[in-house]
Amino acid sequence: MRWIWIDKFLEFRSGQFARAIKNLTLAEEHLHDHFPGYPVMPASLIIEGLAQTGGILVGEAAGFAEKVVLAKIPRADFLGVACAGDQLIYEVTLKDLRSEGAVVEAKAFLEGELLVDAEIVFAHLDNSRANQIFGPKNFVFTQQLLGILDLAKAQQRAREADELAANNGQPHQPTGS
Amino acid sequence: MPTYDEIFEKVQATLVDALGVDDEDVTQEATLQGDLGAESIDFLDIVFRLERNFGIKIPRGELFPENLVADPEWVSDGKLTGKGISELKSRLPYADLSKFAANPDVEKIGDLYTVDMLVHYVQSKLAA
Repeated sequence: MRWIWIDKFLEFRSGQFARAIKNLTLAEEHLHDHFPGYPVMPASLIIEGLAQTGGILVGEAAGFAEKVVLAKIPRADFLGVACAGDQLIYEVTLKDLRSEGAVVEAKAFLEGELLVDAEIVFAHLDNSRANQIFGPKNFVFTQQLLGILDLAKAQQRAREADELAANNGQPHQPTGS
Repeated sequence: MPTYDEIFEKVQATLVDALGVDDEDVTQEATLQGDLGAESIDFLDIVFRLERNFGIKIPRGELFPENLVADPEWVSDGKLTGKGISELKSRLPYADLSKFAANPDVEKIGDLYTVDMLVHYVQSKLAA
């Protein structure tokens, strides 16, 4: 199993906002244990997906020069459950970014309804220490992963939507948030 | 310019959100780590919240300096030397060092981060 808890980016606005998709399927082993006969996506894995969406948003904002790690979840409210066959939409907004780290507002939606509302704090790993522990390779963001997630296409779509909105003289409104 | 008490109330609310503690735990004398259970990563969260709640900019290391005892010569037998204490004073100008100076145990440096220190720091930023 690969530790990738989002399937694709739908929208990606550098330093501002990211929207990703996560499809839940019965091919995922954990759904058979959580729970037998009632396949519910574990809340911790929804948080992981939100953190991956947010982590890439934060990392891209600094040109992937920093190693971004989840530091703290000050708040997370769960309003329901998602089951096999459901499609989750993760929306993450960058609230604050500084040299030590960042904070994001992260929401998960199921069929347009808010399912999870959370706040996530990320830290930038001290590069000299991280290099000692993990080597110079950026273990968080690899080009292969970003390619699979269609990051570039999502950025391109966001740019086109902005241009269209500008031509129509209308400001961009992120949908679904 | 808000009063000390007004700033204290906002700092209190900030710490309740950041650390999940109760209002009454956040007294002026409470230490962030010892009394309120803050860990190192909470300091980053506190900085974000103070910036947002007060509309101030907190440069890296200004409120919570990294590597407080930067020079091993500032310590002797587990206690800060006179030079160490004066260096600490200059790095933590908003902390009350009077009690600490009587018994400058290195292990107790964390106790200098108090709610009162945050209020004084914010006060100075708002006055600037």
